[in-house]
Amino acid sequence: MSVETTPADSPAPEFERQTMEVDIACAGFGPAMGGFLTTLTREWSEHPEDPAFESKVAPGMPLQVLCYERADDIAAGVSGVVTRAQGIRSSFPHLNPAEIPMAVEVKRERVLYLLDPIGASRRSLTLRAADAVLHTAGRLFGLKDHAFELPWTPAFLHKHGGLVLSIGQFNQWVGSQLMATGLVQIWPGTPVSAPIFSEATSKDDPAEEAVLGLRLADQGVDRTGAPAGGFMAGMDVRALLTVVGDGPVGAVGQAIDKRLGLPPGHAHREWALGMKMVIELPPIESDQDSTLEPGTVWHTFGYPEPEIFGFLYVHPERLVSVGIFVPSWMGDPLRTAYRYLQHYIQHPALWRYLKDGTLRSWGAKSLEESGKRGEPFLAGDGFARIGEGSGSTNMLTGSGVDEAWTTGTQLAEAVVELLRAGKPFTRKNLSATYEARRRASWVERGAREAENARNGFHGGPRGSSMVKGMIGMALAGLTGGRFSFQAHIPPPHKQIALRAPSFSRSLRKGWDTSSQTAEGLQLKQAVDLAIADGRPLHDALLTARGWPEIPFDGRLLVTQQDALLIGGKVQAIPGFADHVVFLNKQLCIACVEKTCIAMCSGQALTLGDGGVPAFEREKCVHCGACLWNCAQSPDGEHSNIDFRAGSGGLHSAEN
Amino acid sequence: MANVLHIVVCAGIVPDPLQTLEPVTGPAGPGLKNEMVLPAVLDPWAASALYEAAALAAKNPGSKLWLVSLGPKAKLQQVMMTVAQKIAFELVPIDGPIGGFPDAHSTAAVLAETIAALPGLDKAKLLLFGGWESATRGAGVTLQLVGERLGIIDQFQGVDQIDLRDDGSFEVLERVEGGKHQVSVCAGTPAVLGWATGNLAEPRNNPQTGMANMRTIMPALQKAKPTTLAPNGLRYVSVALPKQQRTTRVVKDLTPDEIAAELVEWIGAE
Repeated sequence: MSVETTPADSPAPEFERQTMEVDIACAGFGPAMGGFLTTLTREWSEHPEDPAFESKVAPGMPLQVLCYERADDIAAGVSGVVTRAQGIRSSFPHLNPAEIPMAVEVKRERVLYLLDPIGASRRSLTLRAADAVLHTAGRLFGLKDHAFELPWTPAFLHKHGGLVLSIGQFNQWVGSQLMATGLVQIWPGTPVSAPIFSEATSKDDPAEEAVLGLRLADQGVDRTGAPAGGFMAGMDVRALLTVVGDGPVGAVGQAIDKRLGLPPGHAHREWALGMKMVIELPPIESDQDSTLEPGTVWHTFGYPEPEIFGFLYVHPERLVSVGIFVPSWMGDPLRTAYRYLQHYIQHPALWRYLKDGTLRSWGAKSLEESGKRGEPFLAGDGFARIGEGSGSTNMLTGSGVDEAWTTGTQLAEAVVELLRAGKPFTRKNLSATYEARRRASWVERGAREAENARNGFHGGPRGSSMVKGMIGMALAGLTGGRFSFQAHIPPPHKQIALRAPSFSRSLRKGWDTSSQTAEGLQLKQAVDLAIADGRPLHDALLTARGWPEIPFDGRLLVTQQDALLIGGKVQAIPGFADHVVFLNKQLCIACVEKTCIAMCSGQALTLGDGGVPAFEREKCVHCGACLWNCAQSPDGEHSNIDFRAGSGGLHSAEN
Repeated sequence: MANVLHIVVCAGIVPDPLQTLEPVTGPAGPGLKNEMVLPAVLDPWAASALYEAAALAAKNPGSKLWLVSLGPKAKLQQVMMTVAQKIAFELVPIDGPIGGFPDAHSTAAVLAETIAALPGLDKAKLLLFGGWESATRGAGVTLQLVGERLGIIDQFQGVDQIDLRDDGSFEVLERVEGGKHQVSVCAGTPAVLGWATGNLAEPRNNPQTGMANMRTIMPALQKAKPTTLAPNGLRYVSVALPKQQRTTRVVKDLTPDEIAAELVEWIGAE
């Protein structure tokens, strides 16, 4: 038996560990696992006497199904989503959104192109010219609040009949029903450090691919993972089937990818950071000219940067989810989501409604945007992959939750079929049942249509790539994926500097603050500001670029640390090791971009002594942005940052 | 010499205080908006009592530890998925209403009745533990009422420490004004101890402990009988959350001494 761990400073010491045998061990509780466990327990509840649901590891007992979740509550999920809810409604045909707090049916959808009212956005000349035309003929184009509403949007973008949800509340609703059945156990606050692999005799030995269960994270350790006071070695949970649903940056999924590799031609190269706020709208004033009806959905693009997409979803009870997606293909090492989010909500089209609102919640997560191209091996001996980490997200329709849920239901149907047939959970059997169901489903059809839909965003200068990307999406969407642009998509670390703007070129020149060019002067100004204020350089650089300082009001416009505390309610249980580890410190020291710091959602990464970023586990929201915002790569493909299993993170139930 | 103790901890569940809590008044009286779907935790004061009880039971082999909790059983189960990983206990769930607004006398009656009926409980060995206060409301009377209904005369509140002696007597430290403790010596069980924070850290999650607990917790939850609490004519005139106090100033170039002096002045003014 061996456990896959990523090399760090020193090899992980081996300890005697407690071992437990179960039938099914699950890593991560999100929509995919919700779909899996809901479908499994429903079939089990309807056929309680069926011998298929008797435990194989504990004869005479019911099937032993355990699910381990890192977050300290199953409601600590991140994402305010709009979804067609096709798969979710299949599982709950009589679903009443009123039963789920913050849920409502989609009533109205708008797509808005946001112009830059400030003039700091990194727009290409072409885009600036187009903006000028829109401004000049504003009345003709229906321009209002620096926003242009697209008169028509293609059907593939629509979510009519779908739901606006808070994933935290949805997970809580699903989890409550699951636990009420008494058939499965969901253990929060329990990070899984790695899968347990069978010992391989040779590289070609198929047994190498067998997963035997999960190893839970060690507790009572210091930052490096060495035993400290109250040490407790993580337990080995050996299982006949390991269900991997720990998301795109989960430790189990990453370890399996590392061990088995990805199918030929597949790679995790496209990412985005989704960062959002849940805002309580101010009371309606009698003279207000319009209100936001629950179920209203806005999709926006063009601001604060051409590459950044945004959204506004209106929940019941005057709550809205507002957020942005900062993609990996935004070729700017200075990208910093929180500052951009603050500028985004102040855009006149949104600020009209949000001004005087109150921050209720805040969160961030990485989205695996490779879709089909990032799909790992879906099944192997003893394991199956579901959800976002299995490449199910559809980047054409911008939909992931429903797809994730559906992959979970498909696996559950397959598991029940195999249990009833008395067949083991081998790669062959799981492929013939789970994978076959998935390949024949709408999830797979959508994934194929979306496979090349976003190619247009890669290549070309900023601004123009946004336009080309939108055309590419329309092309793929309207032709069912038959037509699309071709593109070579480089690894994430190469995308950071691919279309490096002037600032990063200046940075690369060696911090030449003596330059008399406009760029050099701006850089000098930023450095002076950072030194004087003690603020992160990337924040000062945005100010130097012309982005105005944020007028903090202590209620909605708050510092990033206040967003962590007031919004995310971020927690970190003591006694766990650092889960962000810098593999080759020399690469960090030599790194000029330090984009991991700029994009850290929780300001958990700061500039440390000697040039290696310093990590504060207590501030980490486990978004995983550092993993793909690393400008260095030890092997030319993967990041220099190891993102491991950790405890805590966001604690808000309203995300 | 070890004493065999029968420790019963009364611990309710409360909405996670870190979440956004909104008081609402419905037909059934005051409550919190969407309380059933708010994440819940074991009442922090009662949780201290539970950890102290577990440590005491571990030091006295042969002792037994029950956790009596009143709340909706689905919610109880969720909370137990965390609590059960920390220490070994036998759960006695009472499937009742959520929230801290039911009448304390009605709650105490149900709890006392349940405790009195615990199979194998020897009242002469009983230490009744619970929270001195509650995160749901600060009345802090339920535990005392339970003790009175069980006929336990020796009661201690604001407890931070108990030291059991070989002869079965024990010394208790209770919080009093001025950051001091009152030291009492009790001849022996039975007694009621309403805990403040105690001195123990929250135990780590141990999945093995959790699995062992679940073998008894799940059947107990499934068998928990629904209980209603008599309103006893209780009526709330108004309900409000404590106001969050937040006075942030951005000040530059202040020396540590100046910051300390300002803090001392601020504390003195409070």
